Amino acid sequence: MIWNRPHLLDIESLSPEEIIAVLDTARQFKAVGERAIKKVPALRGKTVVNLFVEPSTRTRISFELAAIRLSADVINFGAEASSLKKGETLKDTARNLEALNADIIIIRHSATGAPHFLSRVVNAHIVNAGDGAHEHPTQALLDTFTIREHKGKIAGLNVTILGDILYSRVARSNIWALLKLGAKVTLCGPSTLVPRVFEQMGCRVTYNVEEAIAGADVINLLRIQHERQRKTMFPSIGEYTALFGLNHARFAKTKPDVLIMHPGPINRGVEIASDLADCGRSVILEQVTNGLAIRMAVLYLINGGTAAPEPGGLN
Amino acid sequence: MSDSLLLDAAALSRALARIAHEIVERNESGADVVLVGVQTGGVHLAKRLATNLSGLWQTPVPCGVLDVSMHRDDLAHHLAPTVHPTQMPGDITGKTVVLVDDVLFSGRTTRAALDALNDFGRPRRVQLAVLVDRGHRELPIKADFVGKNIPTRANERVNVKLQETDGEDGVWLMKNGAPA
Repeated sequence: MIWNRPHLLDIESLSPEEIIAVLDTARQFKAVGERAIKKVPALRGKTVVNLFVEPSTRTRISFELAAIRLSADVINFGAEASSLKKGETLKDTARNLEALNADIIIIRHSATGAPHFLSRVVNAHIVNAGDGAHEHPTQALLDTFTIREHKGKIAGLNVTILGDILYSRVARSNIWALLKLGAKVTLCGPSTLVPRVFEQMGCRVTYNVEEAIAGADVINLLRIQHERQRKTMFPSIGEYTALFGLNHARFAKTKPDVLIMHPGPINRGVEIASDLADCGRSVILEQVTNGLAIRMAVLYLINGGTAAPEPGGLN
Repeated sequence: MSDSLLLDAAALSRALARIAHEIVERNESGADVVLVGVQTGGVHLAKRLATNLSGLWQTPVPCGVLDVSMHRDDLAHHLAPTVHPTQMPGDITGKTVVLVDDVLFSGRTTRAALDALNDFGRPRRVQLAVLVDRGHRELPIKADFVGKNIPTRANERVNVKLQETDGEDGVWLMKNGAPA
């Protein structure tokens, strides 16, 4: 097995082979979800803490279910009712969790680098469930998994990411994963939200949505994140929809086998026309199913030790 | 480093044929027998046994594969083992499942396999067929059908090669050279 990391902190530091290792492992965990008994004992006796300092429902539920399916014990630690509100530092919170024998800490935080920081100050395994506008590695892994499942490959595909790129950790993690696996990435959205600096990562940047989606094999629509924008970055939602929303006229000009993706939650009628979100080319709900498999795979892989198997083998 | 040949292609083929006959002897009717190869070493052996048995019983014998990585008891000690596909040939409840593996060593893989099988149903009985039993059991597990018993040292390695994956058939004993 190529994977020997104790944490999953970001996509940027992963090799293409490590990304593929997660995707291959997730394929088997997806099959577990199709069995009558969907639970395996891989993390039996382990304690997993969901430390979600920034609110989240779907990612937390996905991680929680993934840990439960692996037979781990799960504790949810939310920002609302936590000691962090009382002024405790993140480090102290994590060390307290470790004192309760937490083996794996899944952290979502509004500050970039919070998971990396934790990985240096505690012994538990750390999984980044989103840090500020930096990275959201499991989302990128589930997105590439979904693309690979439908297209059979990633290399050579034209993938367009449309929407709020600047504030999106989903976009950054996806860009890293897609470029590492050989896809061609196009970014599009209002110029205030899609700075040209992304061209330095190797992406194509365009402000013309027709140009961005023509020839795309995959269109990944990102949500406009009102909560992360200090000021309005474009005049109105209506204008955004008119200029960048995926409507029927634009959809008609896409490739017949284009995949429509969205990390959720969808703003129906804003990023995408409501019925297009439910059309045959949309894989939005598959992304949710695949997210569970990816998160099981990640927890399984990071839980492994670092020693090579014994000389006599495992038989 | 010196490797010694324990079974050549002909001996390996004879061992499998003998196991097939013993399975027939033990299970009068083939109707309820299902072969399940343990990933990865048992997969092709199970397929070959299924072919042998289909000939002996004059009826197709279902054959599946089982990956036991998620059920191992040593996951935190080693790098996470690569998870391979699991494919059961239909419902195993009420069937006689013959687990097939290449090498029986500590018995921990077999324990994990028994656990994993339970997730797919409740077999009437489970039997174990292995090409090589090399000793050093750490659990009370015993094979029903053994191709060859080979006394080994704990730090040696038994290497089974098969035409399907390695381009040749044979079993070798690899001396690791590490202190016993």
